[in-house]
Amino acid sequence: MYNRINKLFQGKGKNILSVYFTAGYPKLNDTKTIIQELVKNGVDLIEIGMPFSDPVADGPVIQHSSLVALQNGMSIRELFRQLEDIRQSVDIPLILMGYINPVLQYGVDQFCQKCREIGIDGLIIPDLPLSVYEEEYKSIFEANNLHNIFLITPQTSDERLRTIDEASSGFIYMVSSNSTTGAKTGISELQKNYFERINAFGLKNPRLIGFGISNNETFRNACQYAQGAIIGSAFVNALEVDSPLDEKISHFIESIAKDI
Amino acid sequence: MDYQVNRKGYYGEFGGAYIPEMMVPNIQELESQYLEIMHSYDFRQEFIGLMKNYVGRPSPLYFAKRLSEKYQSNIFLKREDLNHTGSHKINNTIGQILVAKKLGKTRIIAETGAGQHGLATATVCALMGLKCIVYMGAVDVERQAPNVKKMRMLGAEVISAVSGNKTLKDATNEAMRDWINNPVDTYYIIGSVVGPHPYPDMVARFQSVISEEIRWQLEEQIGRENPDRIIACVGGGSNAAGAFYHFLNQEGVELIGVEAAGKGIDTKETAATITLGTPGVLHSSRSILMQTEDGQITEPYSISAGLDYPGIGPFHANLFATRRATYLWATDAEVLDAALELTRLEGIIPALESAHALAVLPKIKLKPEEITVINLSGRGDKDMETYLNHFGY
Repeated sequence: MYNRINKLFQGKGKNILSVYFTAGYPKLNDTKTIIQELVKNGVDLIEIGMPFSDPVADGPVIQHSSLVALQNGMSIRELFRQLEDIRQSVDIPLILMGYINPVLQYGVDQFCQKCREIGIDGLIIPDLPLSVYEEEYKSIFEANNLHNIFLITPQTSDERLRTIDEASSGFIYMVSSNSTTGAKTGISELQKNYFERINAFGLKNPRLIGFGISNNETFRNACQYAQGAIIGSAFVNALEVDSPLDEKISHFIESIAKDI
Repeated sequence: MDYQVNRKGYYGEFGGAYIPEMMVPNIQELESQYLEIMHSYDFRQEFIGLMKNYVGRPSPLYFAKRLSEKYQSNIFLKREDLNHTGSHKINNTIGQILVAKKLGKTRIIAETGAGQHGLATATVCALMGLKCIVYMGAVDVERQAPNVKKMRMLGAEVISAVSGNKTLKDATNEAMRDWINNPVDTYYIIGSVVGPHPYPDMVARFQSVISEEIRWQLEEQIGRENPDRIIACVGGGSNAAGAFYHFLNQEGVELIGVEAAGKGIDTKETAATITLGTPGVLHSSRSILMQTEDGQITEPYSISAGLDYPGIGPFHANLFATRRATYLWATDAEVLDAALELTRLEGIIPALESAHALAVLPKIKLKPEEITVINLSGRGDKDMETYLNHFGY
């Protein structure tokens, strides 16, 4: 499998900035504008969150954005409608991120086909276990040229690291600390040990560090230990500010990526 | 037919462990050790001793004479309401706290709806000297105030969950988030046959003492081990799982679960999951749930906080799919009538949850010679305010 994700890691390869936002937040129809503004400000990869009523792996910020998005009327059908012609204006890799139940209800087959039609490059579904993916869905993902992005955490065993590396094809999402999203900020000594352990492990896939990356300092730090980092809650938080969407986004990205 | 969990953690097509990677080490640790721990000699000794001398087991199987006369049949009540802490929930928390200790955990978390599981967890934590945090929906904190006070007196920290409808589902979400954030020292005592494998199987095994006792108690009292039917209320389904467990392969025993219909199954204020739900994944297992076409979980409603849940354990989803068990429902109004009826006929005030099982008696054709066992899963102390408001005493 080869798509925009592989191209990004082969080309740029370091200081990659990936940004997550919840589709349908703050307003139902902000999705396309947010994507285009992120691209304009030099973001390398975008994770589009599909809101779910019961996001157990998420902290308060993304819980809130998910709730508002659903109240605004966001659904997978609506999201696909909004993204229909996104590839006419956007070239960077796009990933959909969400929980398994809405995808199951849409139908995994139809969901993946639709992703290919639109030009989605990968999926992150934290509550789709590796074993179920391999047995039931791997062939469908591959047939639609979609990378499934797996998570690793400080508690992931060496044996499982190898299994996950083997099953991955795009990149590995390295969760910085065992937590829900947005729960902790900063990078401690303990985490540095974990990052160094993983660096020394010799994984075949590139890695992005996520959870707890919220400003220039943490982004810079994370980039020393992986090919780049993911910012989620901090960006979603920034969208709450009462100013025009394009200003909010350029201001935020500038603050994260300055001098990097 | 085998109604038990298979090697991969599934009951037929239901079950599994749909967990985020952050929970994998804890679930794998538990999955690889729970059976070995439960079967070990030390564990059995301690568990059996506590069940007898601390919980007060066996719980009586009581022939309800006046209730039987009313329905012109033979009705026995399995008195789980007489257990220490007032419900069947203690069977499971005694078991799981011993598992947690064997795994070397020092911090215990739990979710609770009616507060019965929270109370049973706070109790065993006090008994073992372990730190206890209970997540409870803000609405339930209000409507089950006596249990909140008891938990606090027992030394537990009760944290109010303010997301969603602020009931059991939301408390469960918060407990799962806590476990993700505290992966090393913490053990999560799930209170029902829900959650990722191995929880549904482990909880069903701990609750199976209910049906194990029913069998020898019936034999002792009427000379036969099998009743004609067992009736139990179902939220997540732990008391029903325990009451059905040893009868699963006794095909002659009719198994009836009763769901909370709230204000009616044709309204939006209901928790009748099997009646109204479809297959999907909630709280890490594949089962039947109440959801929208887009796969968003619907907010449930029931007068009874313990049954106010939009899902059901995979154990029951499979019994429903294989038609081994039947699932009926009872509305809030029917439940209140049934609670008063038992109170006046037998001098037993049942929990609102358990009154659901009683409420289907008028809907079933009971024959005079038949034997029906109703699992009276809990007592009504915690529901006095609801009863008093409704009946106006």
